[in-house]
Amino acid sequence: MAKKNTYNSVAVRATAADKVFNICVTIFMVLLLLILIVPIWSTIALSFRPANYIGSYLEGMFLAPWKWSTGAYAALLGNQGFLRAFWNSIKIMAMGVATALFLTVPMAYALSVKGVPGKKWITIFIMIPYVFNVGVVPTYLLISSLGLTNHLPSVFLPVAISTYNMIIMRQFFEGIPNDLRESAFIDGCNDLQIMFKIILPLSKAIIMTVALYYAVSFWNDYMRSLLYLQKSALKPLPLLLRDILIGTSMNDNLEANAFGTAPIEAIKAASVFISAIPMIIAYPFIQRYFTKGTLAGSVKG
Amino acid sequence: MRTGKNYLLYAEVDDLKKRLKDCPPESRDALSKQLKEKKTQLRKAENRFLLAEMNRHKYIYFMLLIPVVYYFIFKYIPLWNAQIAFRDFISLKRTGITGGTWVGLENFKTFINSYYFWSLIRNTLMYSFGKLLVSLPLSILLAIAIYECTHKALRKVVQTLSYLPHFLSWVIMYGILLALLSPSEGIFNDIIKLFGGTPRGFLTDTTAFPFIVILSDAWKEIGWSAIIFIAALMGIDGSLFEAAIVEGANSWQRVRYITLPSIKPVIVIVLLMKIGTILDAGFNQLYMLYSPAVYSVGDIIDTWVYRGTIEGRFSLATAAGIFKGVIGMTLLFVSNWASRKFTESSLF
Repeated sequence: MAKKNTYNSVAVRATAADKVFNICVTIFMVLLLLILIVPIWSTIALSFRPANYIGSYLEGMFLAPWKWSTGAYAALLGNQGFLRAFWNSIKIMAMGVATALFLTVPMAYALSVKGVPGKKWITIFIMIPYVFNVGVVPTYLLISSLGLTNHLPSVFLPVAISTYNMIIMRQFFEGIPNDLRESAFIDGCNDLQIMFKIILPLSKAIIMTVALYYAVSFWNDYMRSLLYLQKSALKPLPLLLRDILIGTSMNDNLEANAFGTAPIEAIKAASVFISAIPMIIAYPFIQRYFTKGTLAGSVKG
Repeated sequence: MRTGKNYLLYAEVDDLKKRLKDCPPESRDALSKQLKEKKTQLRKAENRFLLAEMNRHKYIYFMLLIPVVYYFIFKYIPLWNAQIAFRDFISLKRTGITGGTWVGLENFKTFINSYYFWSLIRNTLMYSFGKLLVSLPLSILLAIAIYECTHKALRKVVQTLSYLPHFLSWVIMYGILLALLSPSEGIFNDIIKLFGGTPRGFLTDTTAFPFIVILSDAWKEIGWSAIIFIAALMGIDGSLFEAAIVEGANSWQRVRYITLPSIKPVIVIVLLMKIGTILDAGFNQLYMLYSPAVYSVGDIIDTWVYRGTIEGRFSLATAAGIFKGVIGMTLLFVSNWASRKFTESSLF
């Protein structure tokens, strides 16, 4: 983060207006912090609510942690349907990210190389479906006719190359000096070797970023899962979560007394929190990469 | 391609052309014959060069092979399938894609003349413009606040937390919103009751619903949208601020006369790009938050198309999808053109 208000070359004397400005900025930031935290905190507090809790939800937010109960989490993690849905989501995400990178990385690299005859035509070939979107039905019919309905890959295959992600990655590759590629070429490397040995090691930031984008989109997918996965054994977490939230899960995956004594609101909040956990865990690890990578893609414009 | 080893041939051809132009008539035949020969020679050399270039890049084509096949299957077959918008499609088993009778624009007419058409358009535009008007200024404000904040820890925490929600799905957001807003279990209603009001079902109330949609989207996305502005702020030359301080400008004036004008091009780009995708009003969000009680203010083109798919109205839903696709593509080209014209930067 660039530093301001402490210029070495200029003697800064804060005027009254400057002080008011700084106070306003601080108040604004604190307000934002509260607005960001309150909804998240209320959900977390709700998920730890004990079975015998009496009182309003507002008071629940200030319940002392030593009175918390992990009953809802125990109930969810002991539930077959919930674990299966979690596992399905993990499988979709892992297979999806692997497939997506396998397709996106070579394509982005190939399109970043200068002077390939026919590159313009391939770019046009890719951009046509990107700018002209015909909606969900034609893809739905394709998946049906391929017989992919009720198979997990149906969730990620239709979006296994996101043209947007591919373009971000290509822009990053284009920023790597061409001399590197040329000199490797002269030393007898072919393009495959150049990609694996020279370009990819230099591109960890962008690959992590794009992998994160893909992982988030597959983990969070709701629309395709609802269309293509009708068997309840294949339900990924978002579908089950929705069922739990609107209270229709009882006659489907989870038996009526599946959760024992934990209050249903706590179950709902706990399942929300568990669904968010993979994103929250991955977040700080990849953050440093992805800020770099995102900016690499966006600033160039 | 005037590159490679053929430059001599190009020069010879050019030279012959020049000589042919101002030569005496008696030697014209000989010259034009010579030119023809050289041209064939050049064409052959060019072809050889092209083949050599293609051979040099054969691994590039190899790498493109699988992705291109992928595009063909998963992006082009759907375009072919979209023809059912012009047909009386019944089902894959009974008619197949091309089996239904050709009905021309009948499905489009049905869609445009239906009673829900204008409400879909109105809702779509209401949400996309509403989100733009609320989120864009807020994200600029957030970026400036993060940039100007002098408390390092506060700045770090706000910045990190502000783009976390971008990664949460709308199902999760729905769960969080329920904990805040639901009439039986929500915190908002607890506060309302505390002040003696009557609890409301915010998510089933047609007046409150649009506000919930726009504000929850702002909560989720402004941190993420602010990243690009923060990046632009980082790019401002620090000496501008130093000069301003020497000239006696206070912080407010520095924001007004340096910071904002410096990031204006980025604001224009973001604005134009948003206008290019103005028909995407937030399918995932609305599909998650709405319910039959608020269809009148919650249904947008995308949710309607999606419900049409689930309920099996394939031809009509495809027609609506193509309708949206054509307008969306036009807007994208217009905004891209405008962006290139005004900011010298564009998407493609």
